[in-house]
Amino acid sequence: MAFFRKPSKVALWKDEFSIFTSDERYVSRRQFTKFLTLASLSMFVGNLWILLRARLAKTPVFPSVVVAQLGEIAVDGVKLFAYPTPNDRCILVRTGEEEYNAYSQKCTHLSCAVYYAKESQRLACPCHQGYFSVKDGTVLQGPPPRPLPRILLERQGRELVAIGVKVG
Amino acid sequence: MTGGQSPRQRRGLVAIDGAMALVVLLLIVQIWLLSATLESFLAGHAETAVPAAIFSGLLFLGCLSLSLFVDRVDQDSRRQ
Repeated sequence: MAFFRKPSKVALWKDEFSIFTSDERYVSRRQFTKFLTLASLSMFVGNLWILLRARLAKTPVFPSVVVAQLGEIAVDGVKLFAYPTPNDRCILVRTGEEEYNAYSQKCTHLSCAVYYAKESQRLACPCHQGYFSVKDGTVLQGPPPRPLPRILLERQGRELVAIGVKVG
Repeated sequence: MTGGQSPRQRRGLVAIDGAMALVVLLLIVQIWLLSATLESFLAGHAETAVPAAIFSGLLFLGCLSLSLFVDRVDQDSRRQ
């Protein structure tokens, strides 16, 4: 049996709109299978798009920006800043005498702004009760699917400088 | 409820139904694969993109083969 359909002598319109009721079952099934195959093609194209994005993604160059002075904020205090662009809001938390952690303020669930919940020492998203660890940004609870992007900090003298963003 | 179908036509319909069920299964796997790859990519793990694209391509080829099979069975059963 040949794999491909032989060229039909019947006109396409007669083939698709047969006068026989029994043929209708075939036509509807065949068309549904074609629809499913097209859906499968679109899934494949989606995977190719992700592959292209992954291949063509350039290594981002992050600026060095002073975000705070040492001792500027109290222990358990926070400071909001923007990094790497003015539209990317971030949160800096002083979790110890010599310990600072900074994260993107955009929740990985639906992009609400997270805040520092001092009493539970977690970063909390008020929209859907998502919680992140303030130590490493990992998801502790709730719907967020990924950790918060971490802002890499470097101490330069008395200044805390943001030097990059670590995703995942 | 065969609707005046010959045994050959009935067999053809059964074969088509089986092939359709397989296509649906492959499609479900592909949908899961796409969502998992996207999730992984957004989390910064781009290394999953290549094997996922290859596997998705294979699944699509499977669906295409089954679609051609359905087409062929359809033709054979109706033009006996």
